[in-house]
Amino acid sequence: MSAGSRRLSFLGVGVAPVLIVSALVGSAAVGLADADGDSRRSGFDFMGPQTQAMQGDDTSNPGMLAVLEGEDIWNRKAGAADKSCADCHGDAARSMHGVAAHYPAFDTGTGGPINLDQRINTCREKNQEAEPFPWESAEILALSAYVGLQSRGMPVQVGDDARLAGAIKAGDEAFHRKQGQLDFSCADCHDANWDRKLGGSVIPQGHATGYPIYRLEWQSMGSLQRRLRNCMAGVRAEPYSYGSPEFVELELYLMSRSRGMAVETPAVRP
Amino acid sequence: MARTLINVPPTAKRGEVVEIKTLISHPMETGFRTGPDGALIPRDIIHRFTCTYNGEEVFSADLFPAITANPFITFTTVATESGELALSWTDDKGQTQTETAKITVE
Repeated sequence: MSAGSRRLSFLGVGVAPVLIVSALVGSAAVGLADADGDSRRSGFDFMGPQTQAMQGDDTSNPGMLAVLEGEDIWNRKAGAADKSCADCHGDAARSMHGVAAHYPAFDTGTGGPINLDQRINTCREKNQEAEPFPWESAEILALSAYVGLQSRGMPVQVGDDARLAGAIKAGDEAFHRKQGQLDFSCADCHDANWDRKLGGSVIPQGHATGYPIYRLEWQSMGSLQRRLRNCMAGVRAEPYSYGSPEFVELELYLMSRSRGMAVETPAVRP
Repeated sequence: MARTLINVPPTAKRGEVVEIKTLISHPMETGFRTGPDGALIPRDIIHRFTCTYNGEEVFSADLFPAITANPFITFTTVATESGELALSWTDDKGQTQTETAKITVE
């Protein structure tokens, strides 16, 4: 008898704080909606003030080291054609202004969506006649960070291309599909439980507006696909391989979900 | 050898305390990690940083394996006269990188 009543009283004590917490989370979400009623928040908002300051100052943001490297690659001749990016595209500040905000975008060559890394490598193979940079190599991350920087502060433009409607739908389905041994979908955390904690870290809403990012945990730059592989391994699912159509569709859906939010490349994340 | 970002105020008043911020790209390999073959990856860290102001050392630091890749070092000094700050990083491979920044004191 005593064991049963102890358990009951424990439950009685335990339930009340849970209710308070969920009420707080609910009001926080409402309170943070901006004037347009948009409750979407960048991962930047969930970071501590020191990490925000690190991203905000270009001389303390380590992602800017990759941008410098990217600028160098932009101007360096490569491949059998002996051409640099600048030989065709000129000054990136003009020619690449706003470009990254449109990616992933429709590619006429493949008839489907490709992300910025794939666009850079396609251009590299076709026009420079050079070997494509390997996935997650310092070179491709640097170049996409440099191109991405030219769109910093501009609104994400992904999601209005009718040719990509099917791919966005596929990404949407992947986002809501339960997977892995833990049986979680992306939405289970990033839609249903954002602003709560997972293993001591805040769960953000999953707006991938700052990629490639400098992640403090990695102590290096990394792509969105690297981050997605992290999450998939976290729910004990088999991660898609780099560059797989599933990943590009998911990237495309995520960016269409962030449509209108500001590009932050190169962002810093914990 | 490596990319650096240096933030020194271009101008300062005489006697003013100025903040200097530096960032350098470096793997800061600890020497404690093993590679895919199971063997230790040799240590390669920046172990020394110095800053001279018109030739006089105003700040120096010893760095150790627990310090992150791409170390960010910030410190203050008193703006005494116009001149040049020379910042030097030395790593375990014996490479030293020196970058300079000008400061004008009014």
